[in-house]
Amino acid sequence: MQIIKNHQIVEDQWQHIPDIVEGVEATPLPTGNIIVPLALWQTDKEQLLQHTGVLGIRLNSDHDVADISAYLSHFAIIALQFPSFRDGRSYSMASALRQHYGYTGELRAVGNVLRDQLGYMARAGFDAFEIDPTQKIEDALNAFNEISVKYQASSDEPLPLYRRRA
Amino acid sequence: MSQIQNIAPAVPLPARTSTQRPGMYIYDQYDQRLVDERVSQFRDQTQRYLAGELGADEFMALRLMNGLYIQTHAPMLRIAIPYGLFSSDQMRMLAHIARKYDKGYGHFTTRQNIQFNWPKLETVPDILADLASVQMHAIQTSGNCIRNTTTDPLAGVAADELEDPRPYCEIIRQWSTLHPEFAYLPRKFKIAVTGASRDRAATLVHDIGLRLVKNEIGDIGFQVSVGGGLGRTPIIGQTIRPFLEKQHLLSYLEAIVRVYNLKGRRDNKYKARIKILVSAMGMEAFRALVDKEWNNNKDKLILDTAEINRVKAFFAPLPYDVSAAADKRHEGYANNSSDFSRWLKYNTFDHKVDGYRGVFISLKAPGIAPGDITDKQMDLAAELADRYSAGLIRSTYEQNLVLSDIKQGDLYPLWQSLHQHGLATPTIGTLNDMICCPGLDFCELANASSIDVADMIQRRFDNLDYLYDLGEIRLKMSGCMNGCAHHAIGHIGILGVDKKGEEWYQLTLGGYAETTAELGQRLGRAVSKDEVADAVENIAHVYVEQRIEGEQFIDTFQRIGIVPFQERVYADH
Repeated sequence: MQIIKNHQIVEDQWQHIPDIVEGVEATPLPTGNIIVPLALWQTDKEQLLQHTGVLGIRLNSDHDVADISAYLSHFAIIALQFPSFRDGRSYSMASALRQHYGYTGELRAVGNVLRDQLGYMARAGFDAFEIDPTQKIEDALNAFNEISVKYQASSDEPLPLYRRRA
Repeated sequence: MSQIQNIAPAVPLPARTSTQRPGMYIYDQYDQRLVDERVSQFRDQTQRYLAGELGADEFMALRLMNGLYIQTHAPMLRIAIPYGLFSSDQMRMLAHIARKYDKGYGHFTTRQNIQFNWPKLETVPDILADLASVQMHAIQTSGNCIRNTTTDPLAGVAADELEDPRPYCEIIRQWSTLHPEFAYLPRKFKIAVTGASRDRAATLVHDIGLRLVKNEIGDIGFQVSVGGGLGRTPIIGQTIRPFLEKQHLLSYLEAIVRVYNLKGRRDNKYKARIKILVSAMGMEAFRALVDKEWNNNKDKLILDTAEINRVKAFFAPLPYDVSAAADKRHEGYANNSSDFSRWLKYNTFDHKVDGYRGVFISLKAPGIAPGDITDKQMDLAAELADRYSAGLIRSTYEQNLVLSDIKQGDLYPLWQSLHQHGLATPTIGTLNDMICCPGLDFCELANASSIDVADMIQRRFDNLDYLYDLGEIRLKMSGCMNGCAHHAIGHIGILGVDKKGEEWYQLTLGGYAETTAELGQRLGRAVSKDEVADAVENIAHVYVEQRIEGEQFIDTFQRIGIVPFQERVYADH
């Protein structure tokens, strides 16, 4: 699968481990780089720390980033879900991870990730995007530079415009 | 170029005079680039929608955040007038838009914005480009985001003002414009700011209300209320912080909105406003969450004194003429013309500078939908603003306009012009100066019409002496429970409801929000359209009979309660 990372289309090297579903036996973890759901991390932390590949974690929009704040160094990727493009909680979760918790790894938007929200997502701190399959990924690349003026301090810009006005 | 750009024939833009006026914020290169880029972005989005590349649901969220609704008859475009202050050039552009893209009129709203009811979807990018050419936009006038910040329409000239709130409104405008974290909130979010003792911005019924106050050591900061709102579940805002230092304004707002973004309900749009979250959690718990967030960012996001002063400079007082007070010609004219004298008494207000008055341009002429204005009237208002009031105009919560800085010697010729053009109806602050939403005639949400009922009431109270004798009565009428006309805080509130396909009207009495705030009490069962004017007349009769010396309607209501009004209105039933 192709994703956008740092404003470029790249081949994804990661596998998502599906959410735990009650009554369904979990399949054994594959080798390589994996992104695991928060629930799996919370139940199988010790086993996951022994995993040979690199580890990422996936949070739903109703999760609390404080629950993983003590373990950020274990994750090369934090993936935040957009169940719908209208659900804006992950913007605030991304801001908290970048600006408050100082997370510097990959922050990946997953779910209903559409071209017309990419500008906001990038400003909030996302640097990787699993573009919704309904979207043309090449077109989506155009979305990042539509608005160049940033009034606010955010994850992509430490100072508000009033400290930068020439 | 694109198809869309070619649809509208090239009509020259209206002539522009200088935009470098004192008294309002002027864009620099950054502000201008943002609105220009926003136009290009929306043009591209509209093209992709029309080409079938962008779904209706996805496009809806994008067009709403550019002010565009799809309504009963046609799209409706809501244009931002930040905190209700604009220039004559901008007014001329609105007139141009009314002529070129609409049917020759516009409608001013309670949120100090203007709406056009008949633009074509394909032309909206062009309209936005025209607006950007005069430093205007429609950004965040709808959608689940931070909306236009509103304020006291008399800001900067009111005698009861502690400090001019408009610099803070502009600072909030910039902070909230395209804020990357807050474009997809659970629901819309409204902030109002006031600096006066009388609250002409209804701050306590906003998601966040900010009142400039002085603390015990004489510093000025903000009293912050949160969780107010009208609509289906009207709630008065509660104080979350009695005194907030100015330097922390943005970090504190950001903390509140972040908590709301993360915790506000998203499962039911009728329970998604911050007022529901605050009520459900309780103020103490909500405040604790906000303080926790605030601690994370209060030292990182300081609002510098330098920035406050930069923005304040735009709103510096005008160079007032000290000799204005000596010109007393208006008194002579008032003695000779009862029309002018009435207008002077009801449609002008005290200015903080001797020799000047503020003037309301009434948009409540009988037979015209409250808040409506034609392109010709817009042009006239622009011309009068240039001639008499430093080229500045304000729009008000009560759906009128204000020329804020009129030399008293100019009042008579100003009145003559307004009077000739139907803009001098001398009923400001009276029952006929009602707030009214567009209702069923224009709005797809409405259950009942409001414009024709407004007309029936205004006709019933067409005797000016009687109207004046009734004093200040704030009548507010909404065509549905979304409450755009704020009926819940009307001294007399009227709510249109649908009963089995018929339009009925529910009355409330005793609401207000002018100092503290209280919600109106239900009078009783809804009345039919034909009975509304009778009911209002009966309510007025009870007040006249029961009032004691010096009491306004709201005072009498608070003293005698709702029962005498119920007995009269429902006496025949």
